[in-house]
Amino acid sequence: MTDLQLPSRHRDVLGASPTRPDAPAKVAGEFAFSSDLTADGAVWGATLRSPHPHARIVALDVSAALAIDGVHAVITAADVPGRNAYGLIDSDQPVFADEVVRFVGEPVAAVAAADPTTCQRALDAIAVTYEVLPPLLDPEAAISPDTAPIHPHGNVVRHQRIVAGDPGVTGEIVVEGEYEIGMQDQAFLGLEAALAIPDPDGSGVELHVATQWLHEDRQQIAACLGLPESSVRLVLGGVGGAFGGREDISLQVHSCLLALRVGRPVRMHYSRTESFLGHVHRHPARIWMRHHADRDGTLVNIEARFVFDGGAYASTSSAVLINAVTHTQGPYRCPNAVVDGYAVRTNHLPCGAMRGFGVVQACFAHESQMDRLAAACGLDPLDIRRRNAMVTGDALITGQPVTSVAPVLRCIDETAALPLPTQPVGGEDHPYGRPGGAGLTSETRNIIRGIGYAVSIKNLMYSEGFDDFSTARCTVHDGHVALKYATAEVGQGFVTIAEQIARSILGLDDVISETIDTTVGSAGSTSASRQTWMSGGAVDGACRAVRDRLLGDIANERGVDRSRLEIRDCDIVDAIDGWHQPVREAVRGRMLSEEFVHRHRPTVRLNDLGQGECHTAFAFAAHRAVVDVDVDLGLVKVVQIATAQDIGRALNPMSVVGQIEGGVAQGLGLAVMEEIVQVDGVIRNPSFTDYLLPTIADMPPVEIAMIEEYEPESPLGAKGVGEPPTISSTPAVVAAIRDAISQAYPTARPLTRVPVRPQDIIDALSNHE
Amino acid sequence: MNHPIVDERDFELTVNGTRMSVRGAVPGASLLQVLRDQLQLTGTKGACEEGECGSCSVLVDGVLMCSCLVMAASVTEATIATIESLAHPDGSLNDVQQAFIDCGAVQCGFCTPGLVMAITDLLDRRPNADRETVREELAGNLCRCTGYGRILAAVDQVISQRAAQQ
Repeated sequence: MTDLQLPSRHRDVLGASPTRPDAPAKVAGEFAFSSDLTADGAVWGATLRSPHPHARIVALDVSAALAIDGVHAVITAADVPGRNAYGLIDSDQPVFADEVVRFVGEPVAAVAAADPTTCQRALDAIAVTYEVLPPLLDPEAAISPDTAPIHPHGNVVRHQRIVAGDPGVTGEIVVEGEYEIGMQDQAFLGLEAALAIPDPDGSGVELHVATQWLHEDRQQIAACLGLPESSVRLVLGGVGGAFGGREDISLQVHSCLLALRVGRPVRMHYSRTESFLGHVHRHPARIWMRHHADRDGTLVNIEARFVFDGGAYASTSSAVLINAVTHTQGPYRCPNAVVDGYAVRTNHLPCGAMRGFGVVQACFAHESQMDRLAAACGLDPLDIRRRNAMVTGDALITGQPVTSVAPVLRCIDETAALPLPTQPVGGEDHPYGRPGGAGLTSETRNIIRGIGYAVSIKNLMYSEGFDDFSTARCTVHDGHVALKYATAEVGQGFVTIAEQIARSILGLDDVISETIDTTVGSAGSTSASRQTWMSGGAVDGACRAVRDRLLGDIANERGVDRSRLEIRDCDIVDAIDGWHQPVREAVRGRMLSEEFVHRHRPTVRLNDLGQGECHTAFAFAAHRAVVDVDVDLGLVKVVQIATAQDIGRALNPMSVVGQIEGGVAQGLGLAVMEEIVQVDGVIRNPSFTDYLLPTIADMPPVEIAMIEEYEPESPLGAKGVGEPPTISSTPAVVAAIRDAISQAYPTARPLTRVPVRPQDIIDALSNHE
Repeated sequence: MNHPIVDERDFELTVNGTRMSVRGAVPGASLLQVLRDQLQLTGTKGACEEGECGSCSVLVDGVLMCSCLVMAASVTEATIATIESLAHPDGSLNDVQQAFIDCGAVQCGFCTPGLVMAITDLLDRRPNADRETVREELAGNLCRCTGYGRILAAVDQVISQRAAQQ
């Protein structure tokens, strides 16, 4: 575990690690999560879902449900007053299935009733007659023009080609592999929950909901309700984690529709099983890559093909695909490339955003390839990465120059320099540290230790021409600072950073954040590692505007030029005559309020050849994994993860460590534990009994080196830190497992899929290449 | 535990030192459901409702349990303690709660009440628990945000502070 040595600061400004403002309520059980909210007269809502991956609705009879005592309403597609469709990029997903269901779990109807038990009885009483249709489950078949479309918008959500340089170039050394990534779940602990409160006259609704993006939700909800956006108000209900899984609509529209129908507040909560059906997941993917290099390991060309299974509806599949294909090369220079990427529609669970957003899949493939290339060139895995490491100014295969700080070499070298674990192989000092756990499944003599490395590049913020901005307001009144923004606090700690920014700029310590809702302009989504940069930039701009007005007013009152005044620590200081006054006294009786909108530089959509400056900025990370493997039993214990990460500037070091350790846990989960399994389009493990998450016993210590090279393009010099830990940790763990296997069986087939299951290790042994 | 089942709808529970009336509970309701929906003690969280995640951890007669797995009407004679009971009478937090704040062990906070209950119980029973024992004991509490590193740091802070006070 990283022993966090914090610099002592006398105030809770940027660079210090003040504790979270919401932490006292959270540790006391007093913080109001969205599932804790209720209102006088509230009734409960619940959703009826399709049991079939693909079927036609022949008949739908709700009369028996309506007749049950305590049932207030039953609604279906016929009851959607506005557009019966929503979606983040393409409005292709029905609020309720109309004629056809396209995945197991698709909403068909919703009920409002006095209590959850009555809701369940009402759902059971709805009679739906389905004509079962053959499901489309093979993503390759979905690409074929000969396959009948399962949706009017077609089966190919997006096809993107990238052609860079001379794609016909061949290298002396060629390595090729096909990789598979399983479907991962965000598995936030706080289940989907909302409280919808109708206006007394029924003309609008107020929704308290755990979400990542209040204004986007409002736009989609209003369109479905057939109401102007001004009639739909959203308030952030306490969010129990998100990780991408709350970027799409889940129960928002259903709860608002029910509340408006019954004229009473409606509470909706998903169960864990329903949550697996009710939000989008990380795309399962198949990726083929062929790397060409000179004999010394210098990359000369990459050929690649990506197929992402987006499931039944589009969600953010097209953006996820673009992230994947544009990160084909990883953090390495390569002059030539030809890439084909497909995001397709099938009758599987819909997929969309999850931490890493397409780059997780690409990184597993390119890092597996780099290890193959190292072996083929007779190079150390670190040396081949050093030889090709990107620097600022290098161009991506899209033609976009990397203008961000790019300390790739430092990430590699500083990761490699972190101490290796002292724990003996097999965890002899404690049987709990052994593969297979404390039950002594493995004998120490059969355990082999492996070490693996991986490096990543990740785009920050939104891409491809999206008008990406964030809004914040700063109000100083009698010495108190109030910050207003719509930035969804999902656990990442923006509330802490926002207050640190205000203290740093204004020299005032009494700072609060107001209710997070839609009464201020959009902050954009809490995703894409963007809020520290974007909403941090907005809060920074608003605070600076207040400071400038204050100093201007005081300069006028003192009859001096404004340029002489500045805020140093907690004082306003005249740089010429030395006059100074505490800010706290200077603002007494004053009321200053300024709003600021931060936008990042514009980006463009890729052209048909995949060329264009489609991304905003980049961050880098390297990971080293140490694992103990019982090769013959296929059991793995991750012993240590070490990482050096490019963070720009640590605005709150404790928060950075928390993001890195938490992100690594999710990367480890994808490497060896987590996968949603679907058979014939039916999810088999929608519970925490069968979907395995890393526990504290699975999680090894994480050794961290923060690489602080100030990023001049960022308003605060900081880069987003949330996603990189999840990206290259997964391939590092798999590389370490391969290393252990190859020590025992030098000709074993390399592992090519995540999560690595015991059977995959056994198969690698029995199927020598 | 093992008390006779009383009327499954209307019964009394002793929670955090107070005898409380439950009226109109769903027959067979879990202690988690009754705490949250009947008694408005929403500090106890539900995230899996099948005993896998530990978010709903409470003490029943001093034994740490997943309240989602306990039938409320079966513990009418037991003493139940929830997260709401941990703060001192003057409102100040207990040392585990304070350590969670100090060490950055809280992110979204949904697992926090269950983990605070589990660690408070663990360190009461085994004040000198070593690192591997702590990991083994807390393996029934899932956290999706932190990767557990800062939670272990909070445990270390409590152990060292208590040792220094002796």
